Amino acid sequence: MKKFLALLLAMVMTLALVACGGNDQKDPAPSTPDPAPSTTPADDNKTPEPEPAPAEPTGASEITLWTYPIGDWGTEATVKTLTDAFTAETGIAVKVEYLAYADGDDKVNTAITAKSTPDLIMEGPERLVANWGANGKMVDLKDMFDDTDLAEINAVNEGVMKSCTHTNGAIYEYPLVMTAHCMAVNVNAFKEAGADKYLHLDTHTWTTQEFIDAVAALYAHYNDTVGAVFCAGQGGDQGTRALVNNMYGGTFTNAEHTAYTWDDPLNVKALEQLKSMDGIEFDASLAGGDEIAKFYQGALKMAFCWNIAQQLSPNGKGEETGAEKTVTGDDIAFMSFPSEDGNSKLQGGIWGFGIFDNGDQARIDAAKEFIKFFCDSAHTVDAVKAARYFAVRSTAEGTDLSAIWADEPIMAEYTKLMPFLGDYYQITTGWAGARTAWWNMLQAVGTGDDVAAAVAAGVAEANAAAAG
Amino acid sequence: MAKQQQSKMSRALQRRENVAGYLFMLPSLIFFLGFVIIPMFICIITSLTNTNMHDPGMFGSFIGLKNFSDLAKDKVFLKGLTNTFVIVIVSVPTVCAFSLWVSSAIYKLKGPVLSAFRCIFYLPVVTGSVAVTVVWKWMYDNYTGILNSALKSTGILEKGINWLGNEKTALWCIILILFTTSVGQPIVLYVSALGNVDQTLVEAAQVDGATDLQVFWRIKWAQMMPTTLYILVITTINSFQCFALIQLLTAGGPNHATDTVMYYIYYTAFKLTEQAGHFGYANAMGVILAIFIGLLSALQFKLAKEK
Amino acid sequence: MKSNTTRSRVYRIFSIVVLVILAILFLFPLYWIITGAFKPAVDVYAQEPVWWPTEWVQNNFKNLFNKRSAPLWEIFVPFGSFFNNGEKVLLSAGPSAPAAFRWLINTVFMSVMAMIITCATAAMAGYALAKKRFVGRAILFSLIVCAMALPKQVILIPLLKEMAGLRLYDSLWAVIFPTVGWPFGVFLMKQFSESIPGEILEAARIDGASEAKTFITVVLPMVKPGIGALAIFTFINAWNDYFMQLVMLPSGSNFTMPLGIASLQAETSIDMGLLMAGAALASVPIIIVFLIFQKYFTQGITMGAVKG
Repeated sequence: MKKFLALLLAMVMTLALVACGGNDQKDPAPSTPDPAPSTTPADDNKTPEPEPAPAEPTGASEITLWTYPIGDWGTEATVKTLTDAFTAETGIAVKVEYLAYADGDDKVNTAITAKSTPDLIMEGPERLVANWGANGKMVDLKDMFDDTDLAEINAVNEGVMKSCTHTNGAIYEYPLVMTAHCMAVNVNAFKEAGADKYLHLDTHTWTTQEFIDAVAALYAHYNDTVGAVFCAGQGGDQGTRALVNNMYGGTFTNAEHTAYTWDDPLNVKALEQLKSMDGIEFDASLAGGDEIAKFYQGALKMAFCWNIAQQLSPNGKGEETGAEKTVTGDDIAFMSFPSEDGNSKLQGGIWGFGIFDNGDQARIDAAKEFIKFFCDSAHTVDAVKAARYFAVRSTAEGTDLSAIWADEPIMAEYTKLMPFLGDYYQITTGWAGARTAWWNMLQAVGTGDDVAAAVAAGVAEANAAAAG
Repeated sequence: MAKQQQSKMSRALQRRENVAGYLFMLPSLIFFLGFVIIPMFICIITSLTNTNMHDPGMFGSFIGLKNFSDLAKDKVFLKGLTNTFVIVIVSVPTVCAFSLWVSSAIYKLKGPVLSAFRCIFYLPVVTGSVAVTVVWKWMYDNYTGILNSALKSTGILEKGINWLGNEKTALWCIILILFTTSVGQPIVLYVSALGNVDQTLVEAAQVDGATDLQVFWRIKWAQMMPTTLYILVITTINSFQCFALIQLLTAGGPNHATDTVMYYIYYTAFKLTEQAGHFGYANAMGVILAIFIGLLSALQFKLAKEK
Repeated sequence: MKSNTTRSRVYRIFSIVVLVILAILFLFPLYWIITGAFKPAVDVYAQEPVWWPTEWVQNNFKNLFNKRSAPLWEIFVPFGSFFNNGEKVLLSAGPSAPAAFRWLINTVFMSVMAMIITCATAAMAGYALAKKRFVGRAILFSLIVCAMALPKQVILIPLLKEMAGLRLYDSLWAVIFPTVGWPFGVFLMKQFSESIPGEILEAARIDGASEAKTFITVVLPMVKPGIGALAIFTFINAWNDYFMQLVMLPSGSNFTMPLGIASLQAETSIDMGLLMAGAALASVPIIIVFLIFQKYFTQGITMGAVKG
């Protein structure tokens, strides 16, 4: 009996040990919410407080938000200021996790498998609508839009609501901000190589021939890679897609967003052209973020993974080196992607919130409250400014959003690109699979496989994903 | 001896032995069965189904051996299988040979010098695989990495090599990192094994006129056989733990040049979520990998037993 | 004979030279981590690598500490949510601190826990496998041998679902338990227990000692070196693990050091100064521990092999 007791004791000890960890539902919320921004987290000494903050008796006391790095929505200090304001007003604490593009999708997919998805997620329609929404993981937000909301959003861009709506009619994303993705050039390097004559810095456009000549001039001067068709993996694919599509006017999907068409001979021509250019490297060791960093560092003279948030804070280092500057102080100019007539179709980015359906109505309601607070209220200004993009609506509950960037000349200049915004085709079914196939295709082209064959194989894979 | 007594054990004794044995095994069995064997069992079952991430339950519908027949045709999987074996087949013998050579060169050195060398070769193990991976990524960097810079400035290379972005070099770069994190333990083991070699045998052989090389192979190597086998086992285990390197450095690229089965399972499970029945497919890969590894372990164990 | 000694002397010198070069190469990554952690941005982003920081700055550490915050500790009861309407039972949470410290605490906690539980369970199981002739022992042992080299990826999906079912997902226990389940420890302890003379056990039994008492007073002292070896092995293994953590721990406050560095890399791409600061924080403490206890490490590892 004794031995049995001893063993039992050992087992109880083993299992009953308490520990760090756990996605605690009872995260100690500050009993008196502090609306003041805390820039140094270490200063913010919350007293341990196991009881949740006093809240409405019926609602959820805490919700979780997972956010991708959308401007400063990936920066803890900024997000904390925003969520503190929300907590102060509603009594609902927000637990934020920060995802990266490199592995964020994997994390969400693991969480779906473990049935532990967050309440809120911040990203674009390609994930919220085309992927998780299409698979029935998201809550339909249709009841959050009345006619005024729709009018306010359509006043800015007619396409936004369409992108946030699934073919079944459900709205899986409440949009907050949008932009056009573009590319960037290192102006000082272009000048040094005598290639600045190809840049039209007033209109920010150029033609395919000018791009080709500029790369040749840069290569002649530096004798090294000037631009990288990065293809290491997730993230930044909009840049390489827009580059390849625009060069000779190829398409990525059909107009109905039901099938992938990047086996278009015009795309094959563009890829063959890029492959043949000295100075353009198909680099499988770089992902989108790496490319930006290499450009910021000055190693690359142009970046294909760019947009206004990068322009305002290159490589996320704006506070240290200033807007529109590389680490060495060179000037950065944003440019449209080159096309034969200079009239390119830019890839749009639309970011907003979606709600994962965890089956708990109280939490869904709290999450909706969060969305309302940031996407359609007086606080929308702060939320948009944090993202460093353009608001998707003209006014939010009476607050005019059209002039929030009036004091920012770079933003004003960037609006020149907005008319080039092309079709938002990222909501085509099987998008996650198509994106993976796209990377693999670029890697295959980069390692010297036959372009037409690699493209055909990639499209077949993408369409297989679309067919499910 | 004990064995003879046991053969004569009465039934009651046998029962007592059973109870005691299983009670002692119990805590360990809970973990072993719960977190290794049961998942493995589920893995085998689901490998015959088309279950995916969106299935509410554990199992989708039964599709027989379709996953396996698909795998046999999956070029990426076959490439991954090849790469996995290249990694094991290259790294295990080189780690053994290298650590044997280093140990034989250092084991006679003075105490502090010996421990200094031992420590240095053991450092990458304690530094931690992710920290090591991150610093190597920087060193391999195509544009600003120290490796290209050093090779260019010494005139060995004219133009930098895109180490991790080149199909021909990427896998070898990963094997090199794996190598530096694998040799620490074998060196420690060989040093001590060499120190424990029976000196009288060595002297006797020398008196008989054996050369150093003969002494080494005939006497020292033979005496170190158990150590070598242990090293083979742990290095093999280690070689299968290269997931972090691949995920953080190349994500299987370029063009699947560094895909291993271990990475491809993760990739299929959480990146190819739109492929029909991707969980079942990933589990089928797991089963195949487990079979290979089980065979390998059994082989090694058999070798060990014969000694 | 003379030419032979000359040759062996040449060989000795040659091997020392090679060894020194190799040692420098093995030390280099660590050197690069530590200098990189203190380099200013200009050095980190310089196009030609800077071998020695032009200026030693703490900026990278400041960035690392300001980047994320997390409660310094959280004590929660595993399985507690089964008795608490699905809510996790949280006993206490520490003050908000730089997340990197929490990651370090988590890593130490996880490794130490895995080490303690593994040693306790494996010592018992190893003894039983070596000395108890129970039914099914051979099958069990061959199962253990075959599972030893099994990579965790094989059981990835079932294990994830199992942990979710046990409500351990997103807690360090989801990483600790599979580490304990890995049967290498049992194998090692079995090899050690084989050498316990049967006579001693028999004598203890004749003296009327219970099984538990025999184990504690007779067996444990004899397999102590084995436990030491296993402790070191498990600790290093848990410390270096990455995969299980990647899958099981989504929350920043539950990250471990490897996961934290990986997330920094995913987010900041090549802010190498920041990454090196993280890598230095992850590696320097354990390297110091290793250097202090170097002798025991070496002994422990050696013990493992002599018996293994």
